[in-house]
Amino acid sequence: MITLGKALNHGLRRALENDPKVVIMGEDVGKLGGVFRITDGLQKDFGEDRVIDTPLAEAGIVGTAVGLAIRGYRPVCEIQFDGFVFPAYNQIVAQVAKMHFRSGGAVRLPITIRIPYGGGIGAVEHHSESPEAYFAHTPGLKVVTCSNPADAYTMIQQAVASDDPVIFFEPKRRYWEKGEVDLDSPLAGAFPLHAARVTRPGTDATLLAYGPMVKVALDAATAAAEDGRNLEVIDVRSLSPIDYPVIFDSVRRTGRAVVVHEAPGNGGLGAEIAARVTEECFYSLEAPVLRVTGYDTPYPAARLEEEYLPDLDRVLDAVDRSFGW
Amino acid sequence: MAKGESVAGADIPAGGFVQLLTPDGERVDSVTTTDGTTYSVDFTDEEYRGLYRDLVTVRRLDTEAVALQRQGELGIWASLLGQEAAQVGSGRALRPQDMAFPTYREHGVLYTRGIDPIMPFGLFRGVDQGGWDPNEFKFNTYTIVIGSQTLHATGYAMGITMDGKIGSGDGEAVIAYFGDGATSQGEVNESFVWSGVFNAPIVFFCQNNQYAISEPLERQTRVPLYQRAGGYGFPGIRVDGNDVLASFAVTRQALDNARNGQGPTLIEAYTYRMGAHTSSDDPTRYRMAGEVEAWKAKDPISRLKTFLTKQKIGKKDFFAEVDADADKKALDLRERVLAMPDPQPVTIFDNVYPNGSPEVDAQRKAFVEYQASFEGSGH
Repeated sequence: MITLGKALNHGLRRALENDPKVVIMGEDVGKLGGVFRITDGLQKDFGEDRVIDTPLAEAGIVGTAVGLAIRGYRPVCEIQFDGFVFPAYNQIVAQVAKMHFRSGGAVRLPITIRIPYGGGIGAVEHHSESPEAYFAHTPGLKVVTCSNPADAYTMIQQAVASDDPVIFFEPKRRYWEKGEVDLDSPLAGAFPLHAARVTRPGTDATLLAYGPMVKVALDAATAAAEDGRNLEVIDVRSLSPIDYPVIFDSVRRTGRAVVVHEAPGNGGLGAEIAARVTEECFYSLEAPVLRVTGYDTPYPAARLEEEYLPDLDRVLDAVDRSFGW
Repeated sequence: MAKGESVAGADIPAGGFVQLLTPDGERVDSVTTTDGTTYSVDFTDEEYRGLYRDLVTVRRLDTEAVALQRQGELGIWASLLGQEAAQVGSGRALRPQDMAFPTYREHGVLYTRGIDPIMPFGLFRGVDQGGWDPNEFKFNTYTIVIGSQTLHATGYAMGITMDGKIGSGDGEAVIAYFGDGATSQGEVNESFVWSGVFNAPIVFFCQNNQYAISEPLERQTRVPLYQRAGGYGFPGIRVDGNDVLASFAVTRQALDNARNGQGPTLIEAYTYRMGAHTSSDDPTRYRMAGEVEAWKAKDPISRLKTFLTKQKIGKKDFFAEVDADADKKALDLRERVLAMPDPQPVTIFDNVYPNGSPEVDAQRKAFVEYQASFEGSGH
């Protein structure tokens, strides 16, 4: 059993071992091993040219990664916290996302941008946000997020190995949760990076969650089972592209869907998933697709985040509303 | 900055610059700057004639592009008029292994790299996004967002160091182009920080053409731009950007310093955008005709022509032949631009991702079916 954070560390280590062109760059990723220690020990073992402590400027981290990628490198950028990605937003959206398209396919930017995201850790402003929709809205980027140590280990390696630019969201409040990870498992033949997974099969309603909310959804399903409701839980995993066939198949069987995420609801992934499910599964639906999300406010002060964040009760409340339709 | 003969001229900005050919076509043998570096050139007659041909050709092609835009054949054009010497001088200073990161105005640099001048016209005609392989041409795609390419250039230069390709005359170096307006961008300043910290083999080549669309230089800075370099810990130097010889000499030296492991240099090429920012701009709203006239007297081509004539390096037949050859190239360019096919609509969906996407594939399929539904309907 290792933590999700340690699983990422092992995954990055393997990526560095397997490809000499892989470089890790970011603030405090070297000697310190990152503020969450995700890159702990990597600079010591791979050197300062492979694990680069950069100046404190996020646009610079991503912008220089673009140049390194043009040169043939495979950069892995760490953005220290979700709320600090915005100085790099221009480089990510205007350059990283578009250069393959712009160049008529000549340029590949195999850049992975790791972003610890989400709340629940009692932090100050800018340290608890869920900005995934901004990136999922941008053609040219792929966006994924892991929810458990085994996926973290595999998915980070798959993201680094992918020639697509990948925004890799890490559920920071799950960094310390443990799970079984087979460190010898080969990458070839692994569960695909952009596939959704039915984490808990069920028959009565579909809970759709990703990242830190998967655990909440699973707990809600366990609680609902005590009331005789058999909920299916899908870990969406890939936010761009979304693996819709798995979602549609589930909703057609259960007839009900509830999407859960920490990010504000307005214009979020839940809205998109609800629209697509409605378009594709209309005659199977017994109730409208419901969303349980953060509120459409800035992320609140830490003492209020328990009220802000979707939790087991709010998810069960939405399930009740779905059944009450 | 620049000492010696060059500071005597009336056209030199406060602080001086490196000038090896005056607006009157007088050759300055050499200029030694305060850091002890002596700049000079030792061109053969043939090389002088080659530079003249470059200058005339890139201006003639630019003139043709402006005409094509006015005739509705290009959506927009960013003219290099007035900046030919800065671009040809710096471009010819590059060695084959060097990598250039342009803005959207470096048509002259592109030409000196031996690239078919039609290459960027897809972008301006609207048939593609200006796509080419940067590594094939050692010339990155045009970057439109102001200043973003300076970070790409810096990262590329860091890669050169990591590849062990510096420290000798055969080493590689990078040149990043940008304008005076770009120096206000955070990303450009970050690229200065990065390059300084990592001692990257890079030359920052700022064409100070005095305007960022309508805004004059004093809206961007209260110190001469080349002096900014000092704050980042590497040398800055100002060169007469209308002097192809000085632009060449200063850039060649800075590139060699970079490839030898001495780190970055900021070059401010002091020049003037004689035309509009782009074909969509109207400079009469923000600058005086007299100012433009004063800069006409510093024209980069006429001063070299005067020099070549006086030195008998170029004679009447040569100048006529260069003009005729440039006309021929311009006509050829025009014909090929007009023959550029419109792209197939379905190519919208190409090259979004190296590995593709089921979502994009599904939209492509639906698009094709939708388009096909109009066939034969007279739509």
